[in-house]
Amino acid sequence: MSRDSIGFTFLVSAALCVGCSILVSGAAVGLRDRQDLNKENERKKNILSVAGLIQPGEGAQNVMQIYEDRVKGIIVDLNTGKVVTDDQELFPNPAEYDQKAAIDNPKMSMEIKPIDDLAGIKRRENYSWVYLINDENGKLTQYVLPIRGKGLWSTMWGFIALETNLNTVAGLTFYEQGETPGLGGEVDNPKWKAQWKGKEVYNKEFEPEIEVIKGSVNPESANAIHEVDGLSGATITSRGVTHLLDFWLGNLGFRPYLEQVREQGEK
Amino acid sequence: MNSKQKEVLLGPILNNNPIALQILGICSALAVTTKMETALVMSIAVTLVTACSNAAVASIRLQIPSSIRIIVQMTIIASLVILVDQFLKAFAFGISKQLSVFVGLIITNCIVMGRAEGFAMKNEPGISFLDGIGNGLGYSAVLMLVAFFRELFGSGSLFGVQLLKLSRDGGWYDANGLMLLPPSAFFIIGFTIWILRTLKTDQMEEA
Repeated sequence: MSRDSIGFTFLVSAALCVGCSILVSGAAVGLRDRQDLNKENERKKNILSVAGLIQPGEGAQNVMQIYEDRVKGIIVDLNTGKVVTDDQELFPNPAEYDQKAAIDNPKMSMEIKPIDDLAGIKRRENYSWVYLINDENGKLTQYVLPIRGKGLWSTMWGFIALETNLNTVAGLTFYEQGETPGLGGEVDNPKWKAQWKGKEVYNKEFEPEIEVIKGSVNPESANAIHEVDGLSGATITSRGVTHLLDFWLGNLGFRPYLEQVREQGEK
Repeated sequence: MNSKQKEVLLGPILNNNPIALQILGICSALAVTTKMETALVMSIAVTLVTACSNAAVASIRLQIPSSIRIIVQMTIIASLVILVDQFLKAFAFGISKQLSVFVGLIITNCIVMGRAEGFAMKNEPGISFLDGIGNGLGYSAVLMLVAFFRELFGSGSLFGVQLLKLSRDGGWYDANGLMLLPPSAFFIIGFTIWILRTLKTDQMEEA
């Protein structure tokens, strides 16, 4: 058979496809466990770092151990504010609830009307993880809530940690964002994130009131407790952070849940 | 090592640099050079892919029907790139997150394709492998140079080690924001080409 005949061409392409697919699928299957472990580890690391339990660069073994000891994940129905982790019908296996996948699943999420969509997320899942952080003695110290919303270029994914009064910020972090490096990308700067600690996100009427302002906060102003310095040169990213917090702390976000915890306390 | 092997391996670094002379692979040179660490991993990935795809293409070059040779090269390159991507995700997760899509985009890096079609189709696997390493090194040299200036002046650090204390952290150095944006890589590559062609006048193009 000559090299350029039709038969040989088919033969070569078939052999090549089989060879390459074995190689690629072999690698994908063989490395999957390790990759999943990495992803899981990354998520745990982010939760622990927003709660201030680990410093950057903590080893994987430690992360697993601390997470195991100090963090308890629960699933919350965002519409009713009820904890549904034990609802066998909804979540026969709660540990496997994939919140990110639920966003695109029409049965597990709802469309947000543009007028309510402060965070610019278009769809919101019905159920969200909430992570309860305990101290060494098993006493509840913080609530870690997943948040996300649009900045200038990208959707910023993060966590906010609230103290047990459900008002004071214990930490804020964005673990995935594609804002302009050096400008909006500074949402990830530890210096900037540090000034969130101690701020209050709700006013007396338990309505969200937190703002990333333009410029620096005047410590004398009456509202200073609800304000955070803006990121210089990143007006839209700063506004994005304000809006996504307004959304996730509001009625379409975690407010129904937080209100119930306020009234009944977390068991 | 004979002179041909040496020429194939070291030539692309200065005399026949894929980025500076052939102006290939510019896209990723802009994207991954804000930090030296990411640039280094990208360099290793591209070098490995170019070398292995060259060797693979060269070893079946006598069997590849000429009507589908580009697709055959593409398939080999794409498989290798996926392999690299999977390995990074498993063993260097943090860096693979920073490189994001750009690992996948090695497939479209003209250097890889260019060497497969231009060199590996006409040469033995061994020398083709060296040619891939050589071109990878040429690409790496420019990438590291660009990343050196961008990280040093944009973030005041090298390989993540803070050398110039930034003013926003209470130091004296005002970070140059332009260095963190893609256009700065154009300037640095432009200056590199200018210097290189002033030193090696045979690289100059006729006006």
